[in-house]
Amino acid sequence: MNLHEYQAKQLFAEYGLPVSKGIAVDTAEEAVAAAKKIGGDKWVIKAQVHAGGRGKAGGVKLVSSDDEIREFANRLIGTNLVTFQTDEKGQPVSKIYVETCTDIERELYLGAVIDRSTQRVTFMASTEGGVEIEKVAEETPERILRATIDPMTGASPYQGRDIAFQLGLKGKQVNQFANVFMGLAKLFDECDIALIEINPLVVTADGDIHCLDAKLSIDGNALYRQKSIGEMRDHSQEDERENQASEFNLNYVALEGNIGCMVNGAGLAMGTMDLVKLHGGQPANFLDVGGGATKEAVSEAFKIILSDEGVKAVLINIFGGIVRCDIIAEGIIGAVKDVGVTVPVVVRFEGNNAALGVKTLAESDVDIIAATSLTDAVEQAVKATGGA
Amino acid sequence: MSILIDKSTKVICQGFTGSQGTLHSEQSMAYGTKMVGGITPGKGGQEHLGLPVFNTVREAVEATGAEASVIYVPAAFAKDGMLEAAAAGIKLIVCITEGVPTLDMLVVKASLDAQGVRLIGPNCPGVITPGECKIGIMPGDIHLPGKVGIVSRSGTLTYEAVKQTTDLGFGQSSCVGIGGDPIPGSNFIDILGMFEDDPQTEAIVMVGEIGGTAEEEAAEFIKSNVTKPVVGYIAGVTAPPGKRMGHAGAIIAGGKGTADEKFAALQAAGVTTVKSLADIGKTLKEVTGW
Repeated sequence: MNLHEYQAKQLFAEYGLPVSKGIAVDTAEEAVAAAKKIGGDKWVIKAQVHAGGRGKAGGVKLVSSDDEIREFANRLIGTNLVTFQTDEKGQPVSKIYVETCTDIERELYLGAVIDRSTQRVTFMASTEGGVEIEKVAEETPERILRATIDPMTGASPYQGRDIAFQLGLKGKQVNQFANVFMGLAKLFDECDIALIEINPLVVTADGDIHCLDAKLSIDGNALYRQKSIGEMRDHSQEDERENQASEFNLNYVALEGNIGCMVNGAGLAMGTMDLVKLHGGQPANFLDVGGGATKEAVSEAFKIILSDEGVKAVLINIFGGIVRCDIIAEGIIGAVKDVGVTVPVVVRFEGNNAALGVKTLAESDVDIIAATSLTDAVEQAVKATGGA
Repeated sequence: MSILIDKSTKVICQGFTGSQGTLHSEQSMAYGTKMVGGITPGKGGQEHLGLPVFNTVREAVEATGAEASVIYVPAAFAKDGMLEAAAAGIKLIVCITEGVPTLDMLVVKASLDAQGVRLIGPNCPGVITPGECKIGIMPGDIHLPGKVGIVSRSGTLTYEAVKQTTDLGFGQSSCVGIGGDPIPGSNFIDILGMFEDDPQTEAIVMVGEIGGTAEEEAAEFIKSNVTKPVVGYIAGVTAPPGKRMGHAGAIIAGGKGTADEKFAALQAAGVTTVKSLADIGKTLKEVTGW
């Protein structure tokens, strides 16, 4: 789960990290009032969306008058911001963040992720602030400094100082950086963080270390124990159908194609999409109904697939382990009766009660193409959409 | 021979009296697994499925001599369950539970590694040595005792590979689902090494998916350590970047972890790769000449 910049900075502030004074608002008038409350004569206002590249897309502006604030707020609130990280529709802007302006001397990068290879939380820092870390990693990997955190001992200040000296920080900056490092490590651990990015982390004109941007992702599996962070979730930034699916414990990801896929198991669901492509078709979605799929979940899955108007055929691929194919069959029959299906539906059952599942479908008055094998199923679905 | 488990392995179940623990313990016992008891705190002294229930893993191990434990507790209690099993002297832990927080796994993995405890999972179907011992949620009847070692990050893809090798009569020595999480207890390398050393295993099927670099690391390992034929498949060629595909670990992040990169790494290591998951059995037949 991702947070907005203003939410991330709120958490940063709670952990004693140096962030600018700022207020998140919903309207132009609130923005003007916020600037007045913050004080000063220059502010930065930023559209709050779950995407990077806001600056280049016109979602960040340095302003120095009420009129400029109003103009920016009125132009952005209620619209979608398209950046190089979003799709062509962009992400809806419902809040903007008004902040004090910081004079910058130097831009750095600081981030932390869970490194899957070393199985450690790993901090990465670079002198190339403001540049995407992936780009730095690709072009000048030697410029990325790392510190790995031992899960048994936690982070230690020497690791922060070590990076600070290598970044060329001096005097008070070294301990300031080490404090930021320790604060972030604590935040990572206590809030079940999956990713932190501060890009840029800056040295201000006064020579202080300051977190100018903040990006946080939280481990979705840990939300049961991060209730207050869970409440920060902004569903408007997420895909509507994906959210609808997750309410029924279904995993759904929309794709561009025309063959709707319903599969049990994440690996098999990906494998089925790949097979569709391999046989000349285009999968419309990833959908995993899970190991313990009920009749209701199957029915809901079917409705979600059909809500995509691009779907010209549905391919159902079930390898019954725990889940019984005859239960899935009943779910399919129920859904077809409920929502009505005008596109061909190809079904392949294997494993637990597969024969009974096929029989249940055959005996119903629902029109379904029963496939004899996995390859046959995919070929039939591709054929039904007029593909290869 | 087989890897990890056989017909003499004594198994206990944590979360024994819950619905999942009950269902899958029943099926495992019916398959012939030597289940010797289970744990549900507060229900010690009772009997469930004809086996003794204990309050703690320590008591269970003392009373039964259990060597392996399978965990079906909810995600919030999985870390505690794994640490308890290790502290009680269990040497093989199979954690089926899905949704364990990643930071919990960092601690569990470091602790278990230091204690020399083998963990399979979490978020996995488990381990089976066909005809001898089934620890987990896989359907037993699709398996056949035989000569193919199967290791996979996905449950249902494992079943596909199993069925194809059963249909062709090859059978399986052991099948290990290492799970779909970013921090698995065991990785491909751990299991590949065991299959290489196992005389019953004559060929290996490795099923990977997008996300992370476990397949690339496995490819490096295979190049210098595995002499047996390996057939490899990777799911997720069509997965879009930045999207989590069901499994917590199945995500192409920062342009890394794509299926294409993994296929290329495996091919460079001499692994025979298949692009269609329906061709795993057929390709194995070609490669081995069986």
